[in-house]
Amino acid sequence: MNPLRTVFVKEVRDNLRDRRTLLSALLMGPLFGPILFAFVINISLKQSLSDDSEPLDVPVIGREHAPNLIEFLKSHNINISEAPADRAAAVKAVKTGEHDLVLVIPETFGAQLADTIPAMVEVISDLANTQAQRQSRRAVRALRSYNQQLAAMRLRARGVSPVVLRPLNIDVVDVSTPSGRSALLLGMLSYFFVFALLTGGMNLAIDSTAGERERGSLEPLLCLPVTRDQLIFGKIFAACLFMAVSLGLSLVAFYVMLKFVPLEKLGMTPNFGPGVVAKAFLLFVPFTLLGASLMTLVASFTKSFKEAQTWLSVVLLAPTLPILIVSILMVRPSTELMLIPSLSQHLLLVGLIKNEPVNMLHVLVSVSGTLIIGGMVTLICARLYRREGLLG
Amino acid sequence: MISVNDLRKSFGDIKALDGVSFEAQDGRVTGLLGPNGAGKSTALRILYTVLKPDSGSATIDGIDVVAESLKARSQIGTLPHASGLYPHLTARENIAYYAKLYGMSCNVVDERVQKIIEQLDIRDFADRRTKGFSQGQRTKVALARALVHEPRNIILDEPSNGLDVMATRSLRALIRDLRSAGKCILFSSHVMQEVAQLCDEIVIIAEGRVALHDSAEGIRNRTGCDDLEDAFVKAINLAGTPL
Repeated sequence: MNPLRTVFVKEVRDNLRDRRTLLSALLMGPLFGPILFAFVINISLKQSLSDDSEPLDVPVIGREHAPNLIEFLKSHNINISEAPADRAAAVKAVKTGEHDLVLVIPETFGAQLADTIPAMVEVISDLANTQAQRQSRRAVRALRSYNQQLAAMRLRARGVSPVVLRPLNIDVVDVSTPSGRSALLLGMLSYFFVFALLTGGMNLAIDSTAGERERGSLEPLLCLPVTRDQLIFGKIFAACLFMAVSLGLSLVAFYVMLKFVPLEKLGMTPNFGPGVVAKAFLLFVPFTLLGASLMTLVASFTKSFKEAQTWLSVVLLAPTLPILIVSILMVRPSTELMLIPSLSQHLLLVGLIKNEPVNMLHVLVSVSGTLIIGGMVTLICARLYRREGLLG
Repeated sequence: MISVNDLRKSFGDIKALDGVSFEAQDGRVTGLLGPNGAGKSTALRILYTVLKPDSGSATIDGIDVVAESLKARSQIGTLPHASGLYPHLTARENIAYYAKLYGMSCNVVDERVQKIIEQLDIRDFADRRTKGFSQGQRTKVALARALVHEPRNIILDEPSNGLDVMATRSLRALIRDLRSAGKCILFSSHVMQEVAQLCDEIVIIAEGRVALHDSAEGIRNRTGCDDLEDAFVKAINLAGTPL
C-alpha cells in the first residue's frame, strides 16, 4: 500500500477511537453553532413578539385626576395596577427594581388641561434596565398618541384641520425580500461553519507534530523508510477528512434546526433547503486543506499538546476577521474579494441564502484561490517537517 | 554491518561528536558506552538518519546514510530512546502500521506481525489497546515493530531504561537470539554491567570521541583495571589520549 494511504488510514482509525477528537469533531463543532443560533433567535423572537401583544402593567399614582387618560390607556392594552403611596415612594420602588415604571399624574393635571397649559405627567423609570426601557417606551408611546388625539380635538374645536400639523407624509418602502432579511441574521452562519470545520481537524493537526513528539512516537516514525512528505501529507489529508465530516454535520444540524425556529415570524424565510446545504458544502470543502495545513503549521511550532491548543484557539478566530470587517463595511461581492479564503465562502453563502443567482466566476475564483493558498501552506508544513529541529 | 567514519556534529557551540569512527560487525553485539551527554544518542540518530552529520560518513551494509537515507532506513530496525506507541491502537495494530510503512504488501503483513508477536512473547496483550501498558510491555511492542521487517541491522538506544529485572533478562535473551541469527546489533547504554554481560565489542565514547574500542577483556588489559567500572572511568578520564 502507498505509505501516504497507510498513514491516512491509520490516522483516521486512531482518531475515530479518540474520545477527545470525536467530541470536538462530531459533537461540539457541529452543534455549537446551531444551538447558539437557536438560542439567540428564540430570545429575539420573544422580545419582539411579546411587546405589543401582551398587556402591560403600569402602576399609576393619582389616577383619579385623569379618568379619560386612564380609559385611553386601558383601551391600549395597558393594565392600571396598584401604585406606591406617593412620588418619593415610587422613585424608591423603581430604584430597587420593585416596579419597572410608575406613572405619576399630579393633582394639577385637570386644571392645567382645562387652561390649555401643557399638563405635566411623569413616567418614572430606570432606563439603564433594558426591560424597563422597553416598557416605559411603550407607555410613552401610548401617552403620545393620547397627546395627539387631544391636540387634534383642540384644533378641530378652533376650526382648523389637524392635517396642518402633518406637512410631511413619510413612507419608507422596504424592498428587502424575506430571504434577503434573513441574510443579515444568517450571515453569521458562515462563521459557524468555518468554526465547525476547524474544530473537526484540530486534534489531528496538533497530533502530527506536537502530539507525536509529546508521546515519543515521532522519532521511531521518522526512522521508517518513508519520506517525511508522505507522513505529513497523510496526516494533513486525514485532518481534511475530519474537517469535511464536521462541516457536513454542522450544515445538516443547521438545516434541521431552522425547521424548529419560527423565523417567518421575524419576517424571514431563509433559502436554506437541501440544495443549498449541498452547495454550501461544496463551497466550503476547499477550505479544509487550508484549515488543516494552517493548524498543522501553527502546531508545529509548539512544544506540547496543551500549548498547541492555546495557539490554535487563536487560529479558530482568524477566519472571523475578514467576515467581520466586510460585514461592518457592507462590501458587495467582487472577484478580487473571492481570492480571500473564508471571506469568499461567506459572501457566496450569503448570496445563496438571499436566493441570488450564483456567479460561476466567483465560485471558480473562490474554490481555486482557497485551494492554491491551502496547497502553499501545506508545502510550508512539509518543509518544516523536513527540518532537523523537528524532534525538539 | 554498520560502519562509522570520522563523524562530526555540532549543535551551536556544543560539539556533540568530534570525529567518531567505529565498526559494528554482523553476528556481534556492539555496545556504545559512555556517560550522559557523551554523544551516544547523537551518533545513533545519525545512523538512523534523523540527524545529518556536519562531516564524516556512515554506512549500513555499505549504504550511505546521507546519500541514500531511505534505503539505509529499510536496512535497520530502530528502537530510539523515546519510543512511544499509539495508545488508541492495539499492540498488533501498532506493529502492523510499521510493517506497512516498511513497505510490506498487505498479504504478508498479518503473517509477519503474528510471527514477531510469537517471537517476542506478546500474545497475551497483543490485541489490547496499548494505553495503560507497563514499561516492559511497551518496550516489547516497540521492539516488535522495529523488528517486524526482519532487518539485518538493529540499533537500540538505551533499551533497558525503565525495565525491571525480568524484562531486562528477557531483553538480553532476545538480543542473544538476534546475534545467533547473524544480525548486527548496536546498542547504547550507560550501565556498565549490562554492556559487560552482552557485548562482544565495547566502544567507549566520551566528549564526542571514541576513548576505547575493544572487547571487555581487552579493555581490562589495556587500562590495567580488573574491574570494568574502574576501567570505564579510567578510559573516560584518558579520553583523547591514545592508550
